[in-house]
Amino acid sequence: MTAVQPHLPVLQVVIPLLGALLAGLLRRGTSGFALALAVSWLMPLIAVALLCQVLTGGPISYHLGGWPPPWGIEYRVDALNGFVLVLVSTIGAVGMPFSYRSVALELEPRQQAWFYCMYLLCLTGLLGITVTGDAFNAFVFLEISSLSTYVMIALGRDRRALLSSYQYLIMGTIGATFYIIGVGFIYLLTGSLNMVDISARLGAAWASQPSAVIAALAFVTVGLSLKLALFPLHVWLPNAYAYAPSFTTVFLSATATKVTIYLLIRYYFTIFGVSIDFRALPITEVIVVLSLAAMFIASLVAVFEQNVKRMLAYSSVAQIGYITLGIGLADQAGLTGGLVHIVNHALMKAALFMSMGAVFYRVGTVNLKDLAGIGRKMPITMAAFTVAGFGLIGTPGTSGFISKWYLALGAFERGWWWLVFLIVASSLIAVVYVGRVLEVAWRREPSPAIAEASDPPLTMLVPIVLLAAATVYFGFFTEWTAGVAGTVAKTLIGGLK
Amino acid sequence: MSVLETVLGHYDYVITMFLMMAGLYIVVASGNMVKKLIGLSIFQTSVYLLYIEPGKITGGTAPIVDPAFSVYSNPLPHVLILTAIVVGVATLALGLALVARINEAYGTIEEDEIFDRDRES
Repeated sequence: MTAVQPHLPVLQVVIPLLGALLAGLLRRGTSGFALALAVSWLMPLIAVALLCQVLTGGPISYHLGGWPPPWGIEYRVDALNGFVLVLVSTIGAVGMPFSYRSVALELEPRQQAWFYCMYLLCLTGLLGITVTGDAFNAFVFLEISSLSTYVMIALGRDRRALLSSYQYLIMGTIGATFYIIGVGFIYLLTGSLNMVDISARLGAAWASQPSAVIAALAFVTVGLSLKLALFPLHVWLPNAYAYAPSFTTVFLSATATKVTIYLLIRYYFTIFGVSIDFRALPITEVIVVLSLAAMFIASLVAVFEQNVKRMLAYSSVAQIGYITLGIGLADQAGLTGGLVHIVNHALMKAALFMSMGAVFYRVGTVNLKDLAGIGRKMPITMAAFTVAGFGLIGTPGTSGFISKWYLALGAFERGWWWLVFLIVASSLIAVVYVGRVLEVAWRREPSPAIAEASDPPLTMLVPIVLLAAATVYFGFFTEWTAGVAGTVAKTLIGGLK
Repeated sequence: MSVLETVLGHYDYVITMFLMMAGLYIVVASGNMVKKLIGLSIFQTSVYLLYIEPGKITGGTAPIVDPAFSVYSNPLPHVLILTAIVVGVATLALGLALVARINEAYGTIEEDEIFDRDRES
């Protein structure tokens, strides 16, 4: 253990990458699954070890190849990304058992080993973005995760999956290219790509060439907003989530956008924020307005959606709005709310998409009109859906309430009491779209088409129940969500200029 | 310095910006999926130029340690862009593979016709 301990940060990337290579060599879906499961269950152990180490001993800096920063690539773990690492790897570990049956049903046998290969590559990319302290390295990992994501989406059975994947590829590549233009400007201004080094040098650049710094900030913001589906740059998301294989949707909705949000927070609060007075720029107001638009418009669209997966996808756009609202508020409670909602939304949305994956596994459709009475046939699955749905609304006693509580506190701190009303009002729209599904699932007589349906096998049911239970658990015990998020937010806000 | 001199003195950046805008315009304006990918490639390529141009220093040599030379061009952007080119090639390859599959599934690669066909079915 002592020999491995100093190398934990890089193992976060190396293990899934090697796993992906091996999975590519395997031809059988079952062995690919076994490998992916082993890797996915190992990752949270490393992530938790790192987070504990960081919380007690401060940031860890790992020099790749022994080259000291700022010349070499540095992997830097602090409380912020340790927190995200634990989230991403835990979602992978909890979700993995679900994938076995779901992938076996939805993909052809020859595609299955490749699917696990792509999943592990995507995990590599996501953990890499989180762990790296190098701006260009983050771009490479961003594209590793995105390229594997495009493949995972295109493997959906519906031919529209191909089209969604293509559209995502175009939008995602534009986003990544905008990001890299922004990094190029930063590099020209500071001569450095190391994030810590940049933050130390950007102040001088701001004094001599403020407009170039603003251009860099704008390019990074737009690029990352495309990837994280900030309204109105979200158009790729609903179709991609709706037509992708069930497990792809579960994994992406819980991790991919969250990791990009992390990167945006990293840029705002530890790079730009510490060297320039970031709150004096109109950017926080712009983010708040776009977040509000997401919360209302995307929620309203969700109300009229007939395909439940698409409805949940629009709800994701709205929920991302809550997270970015926390970023835009840029005060202690608001940022805590945003950070804690990254975790809470990941858990509840994974539970919701998983229950729909289970329904698809049993019934073969997720159209609302075909799901009449499904709650009576698949009671445990739909009970989990109901619990997570309440979380989405933000009912007290669920984790969603904790997020919204902190966001409302943040709005008060800024003196924007009207924002509190808007947060509550947008939650009421969530009542409508979640309520629609619940009404159809529980109140109606089961149709003959679903007469054969029953709760899915345990490998699917256990992850669903675990995640739904987490939604309730984190509504009461917030030490590991709001507690850690509060500490992180305090450090971030305290570092702002 | 007049505007004209600024533009002429930075003609390489003008070309870069032109390529960037042209590429992005093709992605937005074209309905043909292959043409969109070509536009995307042009857009990405312009960024390679954006990185490499500032690395060149007038009168600078290759970065080899030699007492006879003291002015070097910056080699780092080239290394970065080698990586970015790999990413760009992978993206283009995957995009073209997707278009080939879309052509098999829909029988066309024009976006308008594809949307029509999805609406009919």
